[in-house]
Amino acid sequence: MADTLAMRDVFANTLVELAGTYPNLVVLDGDLANSTRAEVFEQHYPDRFLEMGIAEQNMMGVAAGMATVGMIPWLSSFAVFLVNRDLDQLRMVVAQPGLNVKIGAGYSGLFTARTGKTHQDVSDLSIMRAIPHMTVVAPADGVEARSVMHVATASPGPWYVRLVRDPTPVIFAADYQYVPGEVVTLRAGTDVTIVGTGVQSVRALQAAALLAAEGISAEVVHAPTLKPLNPAGIVRAAEKTGLVVTTEEHTIIGGLGGAVAEILGEHRPTPLRRHGLMDLYGESGSNDALLEKYGLAPKHVAEAARALLRATAR
Amino acid sequence: MQTAVDEELNALRETAREARRLVVQSVYKATAGHLGGPLSAADVLTVLYFKVLNVDPRRPDWPDRDRFILSKGHSAIGLYSVLALRGYFPVAELDTFDEIDSRLQGHPDMTKTPGIDMATGSLGQGLSPGVGMALAAKLLGKNFHTWVMLGDGEIQEGQIWEAALVAERYHLDNLTAVLDYNGLQQYGWTASVSNGKRTPRISIDDPGRRWAAWGWNVLDMDGHDLEAILATCRQALEAKGRPTIIISHSVKGKGVSYMENDYNWHSKPLTEADVARAMSDLGRPGEGA
Repeated sequence: MADTLAMRDVFANTLVELAGTYPNLVVLDGDLANSTRAEVFEQHYPDRFLEMGIAEQNMMGVAAGMATVGMIPWLSSFAVFLVNRDLDQLRMVVAQPGLNVKIGAGYSGLFTARTGKTHQDVSDLSIMRAIPHMTVVAPADGVEARSVMHVATASPGPWYVRLVRDPTPVIFAADYQYVPGEVVTLRAGTDVTIVGTGVQSVRALQAAALLAAEGISAEVVHAPTLKPLNPAGIVRAAEKTGLVVTTEEHTIIGGLGGAVAEILGEHRPTPLRRHGLMDLYGESGSNDALLEKYGLAPKHVAEAARALLRATAR
Repeated sequence: MQTAVDEELNALRETAREARRLVVQSVYKATAGHLGGPLSAADVLTVLYFKVLNVDPRRPDWPDRDRFILSKGHSAIGLYSVLALRGYFPVAELDTFDEIDSRLQGHPDMTKTPGIDMATGSLGQGLSPGVGMALAAKLLGKNFHTWVMLGDGEIQEGQIWEAALVAERYHLDNLTAVLDYNGLQQYGWTASVSNGKRTPRISIDDPGRRWAAWGWNVLDMDGHDLEAILATCRQALEAKGRPTIIISHSVKGKGVSYMENDYNWHSKPLTEADVARAMSDLGRPGEGA
């Protein structure tokens, strides 16, 4: 097993894999196939790769039309365009009729090859969560991304799959199976629970190692599914330590932090800190510089956990 | 002497008139809904559903049926009236139009209404799913034809031209758009010249020129001459290598004298007296709602 995997490579390879099982699977590209790696699918299945040009609104509508005829369209573009430019199309012709359209949202979060805030989607999870009928998933690594794509393709209805551009550490074993709605405990702990989503869950794991060195025992829980998210898993995680920190490479409003706050508020009021992007946009810069400036590195996650422990200490 | 063809056309004309009466009556009962657009589209919808589309009202989900998308979704009651007359659901169900729990929503809902192939309502979005259906047909080796009715106002939406480009790029000769060119939208622009009764507000000039520039096969027809509509639709099916758009020259509010060419009747509640006048214009004097 590789130490790291780039989700965009996984995206392309998994599409090729799925195409063998699903003869009606097609890929629609918004002129970004050599970025999203959908070009690999085109090499294998040129007739099932449909270039839609720089016209994402039409692409979403075309996908809806194809879905009504029994095809399974996977969209290839950047999250920022699929979510924001296409929002009305996604709402009316995909989500409202519940059509079988799969959104492969590439280049989400801050790591977009220094292209800056215009190309960084930091609100996609909140926006997609607010769309009825959407299933919203943010895998933590390439292994999980592959499993999510298998489940999404086998499940009817619209799915939003949040993918990232650059290689990230692999944390799951090759035989890992994604289960919709359920959380995964990545590390057991007793003092504080850190809930992550997407690749930020990996940084949460690294934060737990930093905390362990100080004698703080952090439980790390990964929530790949933002919606529908089974409250039981979040409640169990909260009950175990009595303190919850959420962390995400995304605005703290309405995404994972919002989802967890809603669940705990209704089911199990628990001291909570939401960690992530503090209602702001990013900028150009190296990945490390972005993590540092926007406070998303493992040390920042660890500090969020310490701050909650301090605030609630008797 | 009346020929069989004449009789058939007369029957079709009566069906279109009945569809118009149902539009007026349904909007009156619902106390809401659009009038001008459904009335301008009624003749084309009637010809399509009774003479052109290869469909089976008993099997609205038949995989090989021709597809129809009403991109100008606010003309829903026009489509519902024709679908009811064609046998997709009882005509009496039109009384539920716009009501809570009705299968006949204010804008077409493909999850509720038998015979609706795509959800529409937010304008400018219907052509893209039509492109998707036509593309899927090509990929799957299916012979069905996809029809999309566009409003002349909604082609101001940029997505229409995104779809136009892709349809041409993929040589979708199994796709035909019909532009209901009634010259008026909800409000539109002030026209430079007022021509008598015609309300001086316009939508778009010479749309055929614009579609031709995008590589489409462009046909023109009188959108109220049933014989011409039938002939032009059949001509569209003969196109090879490129999509077709039919510019259907129509009159907003057609068939109801006081609504014709008046943008104020785009959408407006009707009084009992309005209905009586409309029924008289539509060949049923003395009948009300």
